[in-house]
Amino acid sequence: MKRWVPAFAGMTMILCSPVLADSNLPPSYWSNRQLPDARQEAQAQALMEQIRCLVCQGQSIADSDAELAGDMRDLVRRRIAAGEKPSAIRAWLIDRYGSWISYKPTAEPAAWPLWLAPIALLLAGAWLIRRRIRLKGR
Amino acid sequence: MANGTLRMTRAVRFAPLALLLLIIAALVWRLATPADTNVHSTLEGKAVPGFDLGEALPGKPALSSADLASGQPHLVNIFASWCVPCVTEVKVLEALRERGVRIDGIAVRDRPEDLAEFLALNGDPYERIGSDERSQVQISLGSSGVPESFVVDGKGVIRYQHIGAIEHSDVPMILAKLEQAR
Repeated sequence: MKRWVPAFAGMTMILCSPVLADSNLPPSYWSNRQLPDARQEAQAQALMEQIRCLVCQGQSIADSDAELAGDMRDLVRRRIAAGEKPSAIRAWLIDRYGSWISYKPTAEPAAWPLWLAPIALLLAGAWLIRRRIRLKGR
Repeated sequence: MANGTLRMTRAVRFAPLALLLLIIAALVWRLATPADTNVHSTLEGKAVPGFDLGEALPGKPALSSADLASGQPHLVNIFASWCVPCVTEVKVLEALRERGVRIDGIAVRDRPEDLAEFLALNGDPYERIGSDERSQVQISLGSSGVPESFVVDGKGVIRYQHIGAIEHSDVPMILAKLEQAR
């Protein structure tokens, strides 16, 4: 039984590590607070849902509870409130972290297969159907 | 024609198996060589974005981007008193400081009393420390966590980004990067 104690302690430490990795400061002012202007808040929300969290990669900063995601929401809301366009804020972030930071698909050459795949699959499907119809006709 | 379709279907019949093997091979390869999940700053080779941080501790000089373009290379360390790997890293930074490296700190989401305790316990290799309470300068540098370090040359251009703690084994490499930035 005693043998399990270190293993259990180790597991608890691993499970608790996000707690240890948080600061003692409260969340930034605009990280969990909506902007008073509903139109601006909607713009900020739409952008935050398309910006990837740096800590919980795979979540958007709108979904993530990481402190850095909170600070990024604070940054987005402050800039929107100051009148900056969402596209400019997105470009500013891409300048720093690469297109990885944005969920919005780009037209970069690396993404071409993504855009071309549906067309290629449709053409392949049409070719298969045409062959079927011809074979049945014989 | 009939013969042709027969041969065709035989090849098609094995296609799913071939596809499965291909997928398994891809998965095994990815497991054997895991992808780099670090997010690298795209600012290497570009000027440090302008910033002007307030003082993190009473009596300790604050940090602005103008301080970095001093003609000498700097090591800018992004750290925090609440960051566990920073405890061991700060000792390596002390060794670098003893070898003449100018080290400036950006304390992320920190409180003066916590920072004072951290530096008293672990040593203080920093010439200047700026307080980045909302991680805004960290984000503007393209950094995604603590600790991270940037080698900045005398003109204020970022030459190298180090993700994670600087270990003792990294010291020669960091010194070489600073020498190149001279």
